[in-house]
Amino acid sequence: MRTDNYAGHDYYQLDEWLTEEHKLIRDTARAWVKKEVSPIIEDAAENCAFPKHLLPGLGEIGAFGPYIPEEYGGAGLDQISYGLIMQELERCDSGLRSTASVQSSLVMYPIWKYGSEEQRKKYLPKLASGEWMGCFGLTEPDHGSNPGGMTTNFKEDGDHVILNGAKMWISNAPFAQVAVVWAKNEAGRIKGILVERGMEGFSTPTMKGKWSLRASDTGELIFDNVRVPKENILPGRDGLGAPLSCLDSARYGIAWGAIGAALDCYDVALQYSKERQQFDRPIGGFQLQQKKLAEMITEITKAQLLTYRLGTLRNEGRATSAQISMAKRNNVETALNVAREARQMLGGMGITGEYPIMRHMMNLESVVTYEGTHDIHLLITGLDVTGLNAFT
Amino acid sequence: MNILVCISQAPDTTSRIAFTNGDKEFDPNGVQFIVNPYDEWYALVRALELKEAGGGTVTTLTVGDASTDPVIRKALAIGADAAVRVDFKPTDSMQTARLIAAHAEGKGYDLILCGKETIDYNGSVVPGMVAALLDLPYVALGTKLEVANGVATVMREVTGGEEEVEVTLPAVVSAAKGMAEQRIPNMRGIMSARTKPLQVEAGSADAATVVRTFSLPEDKGSCKMIPADQAEELIRLLREEAKVI
Ligand SMILES: Cc1cc2nc3c(=O)[nH]c(=O)nc-3n(C[C@H](O)[C@H](O)[C@H](O)COP(=O)(O)OP(=O)(O)OC[C@H]3O[C@@H](n4cnc5c(N)ncnc54)[C@H](O)[C@@H]3O)c2cc1C
Repeated sequence: MRTDNYAGHDYYQLDEWLTEEHKLIRDTARAWVKKEVSPIIEDAAENCAFPKHLLPGLGEIGAFGPYIPEEYGGAGLDQISYGLIMQELERCDSGLRSTASVQSSLVMYPIWKYGSEEQRKKYLPKLASGEWMGCFGLTEPDHGSNPGGMTTNFKEDGDHVILNGAKMWISNAPFAQVAVVWAKNEAGRIKGILVERGMEGFSTPTMKGKWSLRASDTGELIFDNVRVPKENILPGRDGLGAPLSCLDSARYGIAWGAIGAALDCYDVALQYSKERQQFDRPIGGFQLQQKKLAEMITEITKAQLLTYRLGTLRNEGRATSAQISMAKRNNVETALNVAREARQMLGGMGITGEYPIMRHMMNLESVVTYEGTHDIHLLITGLDVTGLNAFT
Repeated sequence: MNILVCISQAPDTTSRIAFTNGDKEFDPNGVQFIVNPYDEWYALVRALELKEAGGGTVTTLTVGDASTDPVIRKALAIGADAAVRVDFKPTDSMQTARLIAAHAEGKGYDLILCGKETIDYNGSVVPGMVAALLDLPYVALGTKLEVANGVATVMREVTGGEEEVEVTLPAVVSAAKGMAEQRIPNMRGIMSARTKPLQVEAGSADAATVVRTFSLPEDKGSCKMIPADQAEELIRLLREEAKVI
């Protein structure tokens, strides 16, 4: 395995907009990734096994719920800090970032925002340290882009509810201790329920055969008459808006993460182009290769500007869902294009595990699909600018 | 045990080096500064380990202007209890050493730990000067450091082997690779660094030297690959092009 010499690229001096603490947080995440993850990530992806031993370390660098208040075990950081940590994790691998963004935005976020005080105290500190892992069950076999059509449901039974149904494509499911499950009550209203591993009738089979996000575990959630205490229902909010607000937070993290993947591909291609000689000169000296590199750094810089601005809007509580959709869509597309071009620049070496580009490229196929597909985000922007719904 | 760790900033190894003011000064423009690795990875971390094992305090000392505050915060995030910055931009080692000694004088530190050198000027003389100015014993280039009952045992690499040195505290020790392992700060550390004291002291001292000029090394020539079965071609090139044989 190559030594990880990644150093970051900041063409428009955006670091000047960061505080010293932002930089310390980012550099800490970067140093941790280089020491603990870079040496093992190729093997983890090849073996399709999530490296669970990294969980406490992810907790220590603040990757789990960095913006959750300190009283619940979080770090009380701002949204830019959250973004920077996601960027550094995905710089190494989208699967690593997925594990952290599911935990932060899809598990800790709803418990923090919509949970009772008892639920917050019970779950958040353990989730922040990585002692417990969580997952988020929204997608179903027959309801992906249209989660509002879900059929997973629960019925009242004294001080319990009886949960039935199935979720699919659930990140972290195979090893999570708690699942935030979205299901309909008898009136057809969507509610969040905290389902714990060990509850009778609840199982989490692993989904095998992925050619993407191999270093992240994905599974199903199956509920066969699971009796869940009523106190496990998130009391704060119901309706589809509740899970969608969590997706806003996660998509925001993905927008930063995708920049990380793009930066890594660019960084590798740039170094390679200076070292690889053909026709007695470095390939970086050929105009066709320079075009690729110049366009990559241009698109990355545009994504950085967009995302930094989104971060300040989010810090001020002003970022709209549609603005987040635009950034997620734009940045993942940028990352995919950069990965594809970078891979070609490495010629044959580009398809090997010696370099990270092919892995990023495959990972990004999941990233462009989950948390709202590329098409769905386009429809969100379309709806936002025209006021006309093109979904149905 | 109260330990003083001297922390300096240094340009990141990937920085592009340039000079200003008629090539008399290093140009910090666009340079990313890091904590000098010998100070951070070895001196600071060993000091923290000693404190964790035996109690006491770890204070860092930096001679520099406000631009060094980020590296000081990082040292605090890694675990130092408090930091002092002597607000002065030194131009040579003598100035730095005089200011460190002036601060440390009479403060009762049991141990002053420094990195063996900074990775920019590579002078390796500050710790020795500090020891001389304070009239303390000095052990250079320690690769291991243990402390018990007021005595430090320091392992040093010497030609062909190792040397074990014993020294009565207080003393000055400079740290080389091996004394400890790099510690990455954690989020708790970063958060607690916000409120740890960073005390700024005024100070000034005379330099002993004047920099006349800096210059960059010549570009490394590009590398020419000769296939292994063409030894004659290699000899021809060494003779005719490189003119070394
Ligand atoms: C690795 C991985 C991890 C995941 N993790 C999670 C998780 O943790 N939790 C979770 O709940 N889900 C998760 N998902 C699920 C993910 O969010 C869904 O795959 C995604 O929402 C798309 O749903 P689908 O796969 O059913 O595709 P479909 O909705 O069937 O879409 C198929 C195609 O049709 C297009 N399409 C759909 N509707 C429209 C329309 N109205 N107009 C135009 N085109 C349309 C889509 O863009 C897509 O191209 C994960 C998925 C993957 C791959």
